[in-house]
Amino acid sequence: MMHSFFLATGIALVVLMALSLLRAVIGPTILDRILGGNVIGTKTTVLLLLIGLLYDDLGMFVDIAIAYALLNFIATLGATKFFLRRLGVFLEGQEQEKNP
Amino acid sequence: MTVFSVIAIILILLGLFFFFAGTVGILRLPDFYSRLHAAGKCDSLAATLMIFGIAIYNLQPFTFGALLVSIKLLLVALFVFIASPTATHAITEAALVLGVKPWKRTEKKKP
Repeated sequence: MMHSFFLATGIALVVLMALSLLRAVIGPTILDRILGGNVIGTKTTVLLLLIGLLYDDLGMFVDIAIAYALLNFIATLGATKFFLRRLGVFLEGQEQEKNP
Repeated sequence: MTVFSVIAIILILLGLFFFFAGTVGILRLPDFYSRLHAAGKCDSLAATLMIFGIAIYNLQPFTFGALLVSIKLLLVALFVFIASPTATHAITEAALVLGVKPWKRTEKKKP
């Protein structure tokens, strides 16, 4: 019974990740896309632990989850600092709001 | 169905609810800053709750190895609890420096 519960929770997390991916695709500015990627990474950390429970091998998947959380954090910080240095690449949505 | 399983189910369902609330906030709020607000808070709280639930469920045959894995899970929760607000703060600082305008009700005119 607990197996089915963890499976259903994992499927719900995958659906929520797909909805967050929608924001990462249609987001008006670049920072919205970075935010969508960060949210998907946080959900992936939890999803890896649920997969570890489903396979009865949590001790291995904990290390993968730690590595994924570190990578997600560093990737978000790196992307933010990268786009902080080039001011011209961003803000497509705001210019569309200003024009009409 | 032991006590640990019931506590784990309650914590995981609470975490799933907060993930759902954060996703709805990301999809429906009108502004970048408000979307960031929904995403940052809901994600750090929900991830911490779900990892706590998994750590409590993992303790069920109480052995030394299971205790070690649960301590590692608590370390993951601590890292997420520190790193997620830091990433949110970095994105907010980038948005402030780049000049993203906050949403105001008075700017919304319908011709």
